Amino acid sequence: MTYLPKPKLHHPDLPKNELGLTRRDYEGAISTLCAGCGHDAISAAIVHACYNLSLPPHRIAKLSGIGCSSKTPTYFLGAAHGFNSVHGRMPSVLTGAHLANRDLIYLGVSGDGDSASIGLGQFAHALRRGVNMTYIVENNGVYGLTKGQFSATADRGALNKRGAANGDEAIDMVGLALQLGATFVARSFSGDKAQLVPLIEAALTHAGAAFIDCISPCVTFNNHAGSTKSFDYVREHNEAVNFLDVISGRETITLEQEPGTVELVTQHDGSVLRLRKVAGDYDPTDRTSAIDFLARHHQAGEIVTGLLYVDPDPTSLHGHLGTATKPLNAFDDAVLIPGSAALAKINASLR
Amino acid sequence: MKPLVRVNDFVVKFANVNGSGSASANRLFAQSIIRMGVPATPRNIFPSNIQGLPTWYEVRVSEAGYLGARGGTDLMVAMNPQTWDKDVAGIVPGGYLFYDSTRPLPAAKFRDDITVLGLPLTAICNAEYTDPRQRQLFKNILYVGALSAILDIDPVVIEQLVAEQFKAKEKLIAPNVHAFRLGRAHAEKSLPCPIGLTVRRADKVGERIFLEGNSAAALGAVYGGATACAWYPITPSTSLAEAYQRWCARFRTDPETKEKRYAIVQAEDELASIGMVIGAGWNGARAFTATSGPGISLMQEFLGLAYFAEIPAVIFDVQRAGPSTGMPTRTQQCDVLSCAYASHGDTKHVLLFPEDPRECFELGATAFDLADRLQTPVFVLLDLDIGMNERLVAPLAWDDTRRMDRGKVMTAEMLESGRDFGRYLDVDGDGIPWRTWPGTHPTRGAYFTRGTSRDRYARYTEEGDAYRDNMERLLKKFATARTLVPAPIRRDAPGGSRLGVIYYGSTAPAMDEALDLLAAEGIALDALRVRAFPFHADVKRFVQEHERVFVVEQNRDAQLRSLLVVEEEIDPARLVRVLHYDGTPITADAIVGEIAAHARVTPLRRAQSHGSQPQGV
Repeated sequence: MTYLPKPKLHHPDLPKNELGLTRRDYEGAISTLCAGCGHDAISAAIVHACYNLSLPPHRIAKLSGIGCSSKTPTYFLGAAHGFNSVHGRMPSVLTGAHLANRDLIYLGVSGDGDSASIGLGQFAHALRRGVNMTYIVENNGVYGLTKGQFSATADRGALNKRGAANGDEAIDMVGLALQLGATFVARSFSGDKAQLVPLIEAALTHAGAAFIDCISPCVTFNNHAGSTKSFDYVREHNEAVNFLDVISGRETITLEQEPGTVELVTQHDGSVLRLRKVAGDYDPTDRTSAIDFLARHHQAGEIVTGLLYVDPDPTSLHGHLGTATKPLNAFDDAVLIPGSAALAKINASLR
Repeated sequence: MKPLVRVNDFVVKFANVNGSGSASANRLFAQSIIRMGVPATPRNIFPSNIQGLPTWYEVRVSEAGYLGARGGTDLMVAMNPQTWDKDVAGIVPGGYLFYDSTRPLPAAKFRDDITVLGLPLTAICNAEYTDPRQRQLFKNILYVGALSAILDIDPVVIEQLVAEQFKAKEKLIAPNVHAFRLGRAHAEKSLPCPIGLTVRRADKVGERIFLEGNSAAALGAVYGGATACAWYPITPSTSLAEAYQRWCARFRTDPETKEKRYAIVQAEDELASIGMVIGAGWNGARAFTATSGPGISLMQEFLGLAYFAEIPAVIFDVQRAGPSTGMPTRTQQCDVLSCAYASHGDTKHVLLFPEDPRECFELGATAFDLADRLQTPVFVLLDLDIGMNERLVAPLAWDDTRRMDRGKVMTAEMLESGRDFGRYLDVDGDGIPWRTWPGTHPTRGAYFTRGTSRDRYARYTEEGDAYRDNMERLLKKFATARTLVPAPIRRDAPGGSRLGVIYYGSTAPAMDEALDLLAAEGIALDALRVRAFPFHADVKRFVQEHERVFVVEQNRDAQLRSLLVVEEEIDPARLVRVLHYDGTPITADAIVGEIAAHARVTPLRRAQSHGSQPQGV
């Protein structure tokens, strides 16, 4: 954490993306989280992903609940509107925002306390509705702002800083997301930028409910021996199933010479997900086998990361509802108000 | 006991079994009276149950135009053996009992001070129909036929209504008309027709329409420009969201593409409902939810956020008797305080009190303008009595020159021209800041919405001065709201009075009648119907102009009176509680009883010295 203001001057040679913006244009205010917090690495990854995709920052709406993770939207995309809502209720606010204007890109940022404890219901229902969004849970297994209580994603038997063991079973957000019908499910690690940035890019281009469970060690309360969400523990037990590159529709796809290990998944918007597979038997387009694979590896004490499931042609809430393609907040009186003539007919039918 | 003799002034009550298909037959009965030009007001009295439990349908016929509940039954149509004893006991002396006499009942089951009219409905149906469902459904139409003879209702009117009802399913017209005629013929043959209660053609209905409050409120939402609705099923508000769906299917579907210019989400609970409404409001759509008391309780935290973060939202609260599950199918005005001060911390919210379905439409539409203009939640407080019952009201009206007031929304052009944008900056002196919708401008106007304190430029701060500055501005905004909400409606007694009465919402028709009855007793009252909170300046003025003001409410704790005392700093001694809260709609008799009793023990001479010919004692 630093109290120094961020310099506004950019290096003249900073590379620019297709919109002529530099990475700095995607940043936000300076973080007030603890130095070394995994969440800051995720914020940086979001900045990278949005820059890489050349997204207009103001066309993104960033929403969050309450908690350390939910504070982070201030620290990226300063040109975007943000909404730091109520504890555990970001999914409903995001859903409502999305109803009002389907043309923006919705990024929901939450934590394990926010989404697995108080907000488990809203997490579940936003995913099953297929809200077109990127939903990132910055998962550290602990309540930071209230100083170190276990959260619902803390593993059974994990020790807190004082050495007490967690007795409750952990909620597996990825397993839930798969069962609830999320059409993009990934897990990553804040300490693995090379894996995380393309996953966020892929989620942002996904036209349905995209969920990323990002393990993000809490350097203050959950980075000690005996924690299962510490940097060391996650590095030791991380089992990546694939590595991802996201190629927008405009780029030519050149395959590297890795016969038998590359899979291409074309998404609805034309973007291509190039997956370099590590686990040979893993098929990320098969929901059932993904659930099975995760369960087996969980039992073996492994944290499976990577793109775990994707439906390249997802359906979403507005599709289910049959909503107009024009955003609802753009309709005017002429379209919305039936007028006195219609009312006269209604009156006549009620006599 | 002499049987009652009344023309166009009586109460008929139907006792039915829930789920027996009686609702449409009963409605047909009420409508036929209205078609004869005589005002009739039906009320559903039903349990929290789908099938098997007792339900009642009460129709007050009143040529004088009194639409409030009256109490007492002049003609009981007893179709439910389960509630027989209570139903028979509820008939006024000299009244009438109509029942299905297929099974003989012992004499002890009757009263000797009423006229008993038995018709073997089941036997007639069993002889006529073989299908059990037909036997049940046509029995309902059969008794409507019998009643038409007993009460001298024009059969042509009913047959016309049947034809209209089944316009889309023409095959059903003939069998229904047949059952109707069958019932009428049997009654004419074996009962004294007509009895002392009769319907005579009049012209007291005029242009009025017959409409339910929830449906009217939903139509108000359509005319108010609402495009997003998030809700969770709860009696008695469910039919509001369902009506919105129907109105939207009719008025908001793109004629060519069939695309919907609205979005309705049945949420997982009331927390999610209000969350979605707030998200949509934040993002520039007009959004609402429909709920009842328990839902309001669940929404508290979010309502504080919307107040503090200044996000438009409309909440239709169709009130029912609380606390807790209370009496979920009974009416009350018991959420006034929980809505006025919803959430933790210092909060105050705008409330609207429609008196009937017509105002549900009007105030329903207006709520969206107020929410946008004031950037805050606006509550429309209906109750079960007006929400779930059809009522005769003046035709709905709309001014085609009216435009949605979207309030202070800064556009890309305004931002481009270099206007200073501070999300919580009071540039106009009315306490209402400007806002931007997400996605408006690439580099200007973005801000971070939060429930934590912030400065005028929406920057997070825990500085006490900045916090206070913001809280004071919110008060200023609330003072502005006073000037924007619908003004109260005042009706003074001829010559005026030193006694006043304040009432609101669904109490209105009972109050209209009570004022007439009190005037007849010589008690003159000036009346003020409050239509909104914060209170318009006229409300305090009214209280100041009267020595004593009765505050009539349908709750135990005199909630509006509390608001008057707290917010207007009125001496509580001047405000006399008149309360009715047993779950039934308030009656004129209840109001008259309390006010007259009070007038007898209080120095009525003050009123006497002022009013015309008061007696009171």
